[in-house]
Amino acid sequence: MRYLLIAIFCLLPSLSFAAVAKDIAEDPKIEMRMMHLAEKVRCLVCQSEPVSTSHSEWSHDVRNIMLQKMKEGATDQQILDMLVARFGKSVLYDPPVDDETAPLWVAPFVMLFIGGGLLFYQLKKRRGKVVDVTLTPQDQQRAAELLNETTSKDPQA
Amino acid sequence: MMRFILPLVLFLILSVFLYKGLGRDTREVPSPLIGKAAPEFQLPTLQDPAKQFSPKEMLGKVWLLNVWASWCEACKDEHPVLMEFSMQKMLPIIGVDYKDKRDQGMDTLKNAGNPYDQVISDADGKVGFDYGVYGVPETYVIDKTGIIRFKQIGPITPENLRDKLMPLIAELQAK
Repeated sequence: MRYLLIAIFCLLPSLSFAAVAKDIAEDPKIEMRMMHLAEKVRCLVCQSEPVSTSHSEWSHDVRNIMLQKMKEGATDQQILDMLVARFGKSVLYDPPVDDETAPLWVAPFVMLFIGGGLLFYQLKKRRGKVVDVTLTPQDQQRAAELLNETTSKDPQA
Repeated sequence: MMRFILPLVLFLILSVFLYKGLGRDTREVPSPLIGKAAPEFQLPTLQDPAKQFSPKEMLGKVWLLNVWASWCEACKDEHPVLMEFSMQKMLPIIGVDYKDKRDQGMDTLKNAGNPYDQVISDADGKVGFDYGVYGVPETYVIDKTGIIRFKQIGPITPENLRDKLMPLIAELQAK
């Protein structure tokens, strides 16, 4: 009897399965392709999230439109172009290099060049300034005296 | 001397950039539709599904296309501003009830007033998508030749109505 009860309780969890989420697409292949493409598209409502993972209504709509266009035979590029035409290049996570975005792409290299140049210039200038000085015994003694003076005057000492 | 001026200049340049950045709303994505023809569509009006509206009807007029919905909270802030603006009869205001149920959209207008010359029902959001709508309310200023001249993302406030929209409308109407 006890074993039967145990067996029943062991089986109970299997009843608690939630309903399996409904596939949006009848065609898993297209669904995969859509999700892959949706990773490249920014959710404009949530910003730092791709359309593929966003729960926003807007992203949901965009995914559905992507699916629909794919079923109609649109290529990935055509779909991206369609989105860019409506929402601007910022919907793409990987914005294209063109005259508008060129400053963004070039700026890091320009800054690196300027920074590197400045560093090089400063180092070169400093090298000229550093002169080896040999201290005479008098200098050594004076330095020691000065050091003693400051340490003895230090109120914390 | 150079030691002090150079960092100061760099600091000032940085400050300018940071200050400008402070005032920017990252949610406001510049619309690629500005300067382009307003996308064509044909949709039924909200009150009478048998009646159709198309932007073609508005050629020759400067007009406002305002996308709203009964479920949209920010639209409730915008509504009184639109109501007051519509009293001035400066230009036709066409409303697009975006992804909304017909009766709920009509209820909202019945209760809060109707600032629109015509209201179109975009129940599935197709037209909204073509206009690049991603956060209601959004408002488009469309000129006499059907070109989108300005897009306001988010609610119209009395300030931007006075400082941006109205001068632009006046300018476009004078053309």
